Amino acid sequence: MSVARSLPHDAAALHVTGTARYVDDIPAPAGCLHLAFGLSNIAHGTLTALDLSAVRATPGVVAVFGPDDLSPMPDCSPSAHDEPLLGGPAISYLGQPIFLVVADSHLAARKAARLGQASYDEKPALLTIDAALAANSRFEDGPRIWEKGDAASAIAAAPHVVEGVMEIGGQEHFYLEGQAALALPQEGGDMVVQSSTQHPTEIQHKVADALGVPMHAVRVETRRMGGGFGGKESQGNALAIACALAARATGRPCKMRYDRDDDMVITGKRHDFSIAYRAGFDDEGRVAGVEFVQYARCGWAQDLSLPVADRAMLHADNAYELPTARIESHRLKTHTQSATAFRGFGGPQGMVGIERVMDHIAHHLGQDPLAVRRRNFYASGGDISAKKKAAGTTPYGMAVEDFELHEMVAALEGSSDYAARRAAVADWNAANPVLKKGLALTPVKFGISFTLTHLNQAGALVHVYQDGSIHLNHGGTEMGQGLFQKVAQVAASSFGVPMAAVKITATDTGKVPNTSATAASSGSDLNGMAVKVACDTIRDRIAAHLAETHQTVPRRVHFADGRVFVGDADLSFAEAARSAYEARISLSATGFYKTPKLDWDRIAGRGRPFFYFAYGAAVTEVVLDTLTGENRMLRCDILHDAGASLNPALDIGQVEGGFVQGAGWLTTEELVWDDSGRLRTHAPSTYKIPACSDRPAVFNVALWDGENSEETIYRSKAVGEPPLILGISALMALSDAVAACGAPYPALDAPATPERLLAAIDRVRA
Amino acid sequence: MTNITLTVNGKSVSRDIPDETLLSEFLREHLRLTGTHVGCDTSQCGACVVHVDGKAAKSCTTLAVALDGAQVTTIEGLANGDLHPMQEAFTEHHGLQCGFCTPGMIMASVDIVNRYKAEGRTLTEKAIRHELEGNICRCTGYHNIVKAVESAAAKM
Repeated sequence: MSVARSLPHDAAALHVTGTARYVDDIPAPAGCLHLAFGLSNIAHGTLTALDLSAVRATPGVVAVFGPDDLSPMPDCSPSAHDEPLLGGPAISYLGQPIFLVVADSHLAARKAARLGQASYDEKPALLTIDAALAANSRFEDGPRIWEKGDAASAIAAAPHVVEGVMEIGGQEHFYLEGQAALALPQEGGDMVVQSSTQHPTEIQHKVADALGVPMHAVRVETRRMGGGFGGKESQGNALAIACALAARATGRPCKMRYDRDDDMVITGKRHDFSIAYRAGFDDEGRVAGVEFVQYARCGWAQDLSLPVADRAMLHADNAYELPTARIESHRLKTHTQSATAFRGFGGPQGMVGIERVMDHIAHHLGQDPLAVRRRNFYASGGDISAKKKAAGTTPYGMAVEDFELHEMVAALEGSSDYAARRAAVADWNAANPVLKKGLALTPVKFGISFTLTHLNQAGALVHVYQDGSIHLNHGGTEMGQGLFQKVAQVAASSFGVPMAAVKITATDTGKVPNTSATAASSGSDLNGMAVKVACDTIRDRIAAHLAETHQTVPRRVHFADGRVFVGDADLSFAEAARSAYEARISLSATGFYKTPKLDWDRIAGRGRPFFYFAYGAAVTEVVLDTLTGENRMLRCDILHDAGASLNPALDIGQVEGGFVQGAGWLTTEELVWDDSGRLRTHAPSTYKIPACSDRPAVFNVALWDGENSEETIYRSKAVGEPPLILGISALMALSDAVAACGAPYPALDAPATPERLLAAIDRVRA
Repeated sequence: MTNITLTVNGKSVSRDIPDETLLSEFLREHLRLTGTHVGCDTSQCGACVVHVDGKAAKSCTTLAVALDGAQVTTIEGLANGDLHPMQEAFTEHHGLQCGFCTPGMIMASVDIVNRYKAEGRTLTEKAIRHELEGNICRCTGYHNIVKAVESAAAKM
């Protein structure tokens, strides 16, 4: 079996030799043109005049398109048809594309794009959550509210209450490969697009829309992305559309890649949130009721903000059974980049909210936060199946039947030596006035499935050639997460052949249609299953054929080690394929999969939006210099649940990378807009993502030895997004270190930059 | 336009290029060596690292015309028949995910190991983490990258 083995990434040999091709590496045909956008210089107002004569006169410029040159104006939105390719007359954020330059080189296009002369009637811009609230500027008519029981009464009757407001910053994806697309005009007006996208079908749909042709006239191919993290779920639409329009207008291939500064200024980021909370609890810290008001800053266009904000609500409980809860969510429209999908898709923000509540409760009672967290956990899945306890229900009414965190946290507590280190941290803090240490263990329970239920489907296309080699294709995209290798392991296991027999091929809308984005951690769950269906179909056909020729029954035909065993005979897989071909047996099949058991009403906030939950827990220890706010992670121990892992090495890689990305989000990665709405942190010089030296000095990562209680592909679990949320332990450890400076609660906002840490230290020392 | 002649991956190349041509652009566009990636355009992310006369350089902010007569090695020229130990180690230790930072990461790492060996210094894990600060990886969390460099250093 090829599954459950720690094979390297499918393209590792190409990556280490520099021969893996990204969009900008694909040899473009002669005459390829290069595109760049000219950007608005104000955040809100009306474009009154746009003089593009200097742009047109620039050497190398072939064509220029302003807002008046495109009719109808193509739309780039994945949801609400509210994202014109070019802004104007309405200008909605600073950095919005307002004209498009087509030139014979990338540099010529970029230089010319700086020469547009725009005049504006500038209006006051809504840049913050508070400003948008005051102006009632929002998506949807009003806040969405989900309730479980009567939280207000439960809080009023509780012996203790904590309340507060927490700011949680956004996050730039900083995929190392910037957004990129290449359009190749075909005969009869057809278009082929190479796109760095998590969602080839959406690119196909939006390009077809922009060109005014049916989807069958557009084919989109994606071999790989240099990182996605959600930032290539919808943000590649504008580039693909621009390239296709320019390719049609000029009859020449057209390519566009954003330079890093443009990429950061133009594209959406993680939603920043403000979360107000009020919780009532008993002397042991058991929650009686919680009220959350979540404010999400969505930016200028709707994009994916509604499901992102929904997922924040859906994770407001994290691992804790809340007897009563009221969750109110405001989706605020501002004159900033349109916030978009980012690994966790709102879930992490919702979970930071409840982890803050747990931390605050523990501080209020003077108890270890881990003890308080545990007391509020859902009942163990083991206890539920043994009928010792009833399953708890989430605030949206889903029974939590697979809860594993009692066992996982106990194991992690032991392996990380939590109790002794808790005592050692207390001793250190008693002895050291300047350097304070902090320790925190935070759990993760993350719901797996798209909350828009119809997206939970996938297709695959598999061919077996007469020499026994296998062509594998499915709707998922590869962005580094190892999806292609995991799915190829599934295919090789189905046929009992070595991995070298399976050719992984680029995602292609012409092979598998109507795919969902590779998002919501669903890639291997959905596509692995679809591929298995296709492979098993072909395998069963071969088995039936060989059973007939060998006078036996199909169940006596086995595929293993590159051979096919038929009763007492055995032949190579290639001989079996050849024999089936000559008997006129089809060796090509599609596979299709849809996730079962889902039933979700997002308006009512009731039902089962998730097939299952993925779990994890992290213990992080930090040291904080209370004079400067400088800090570092000393040690991190993680235990993460990937079910019966399809590839433990790739899954551990997801966990390590996810943790570091999550810790970066909550500690060093700060996005700053100035009063005019200009993003001031638009390069790695000013936006601090974790570097090699920021990783914890001791970093122990292990996978939980278990299998998914639901029937997923080989009982594995999704692993893309959940580990990011382990990073909350770094924030809570810093809060713990600040708490060592004085009696009041630190009320630390995120990202916990040195400035915010110093402010929190001042508060607790006041 | 200026004519430059330099040695790239052991082969002499001569081209007339605009004076503002960056080395990364020269390698990618003129020589079609696309293993050298451009991640940030401002010499901070390290995806574009190549070796110039045996030392690591960020090619996205190096002018090609300044390198007349130089020896340049890119990721494509690192292997000498078999994979370089650093390339093997990144594969074996899963030191890559999306792969975009990998060529620059490998070229920087080879330079680090070579420097420490030449100077007779011990390359500790801490030193690797410090030395690799100019190379950003957004996927792996660096853990496996450091392991790969440690492993390769022992074999180089």
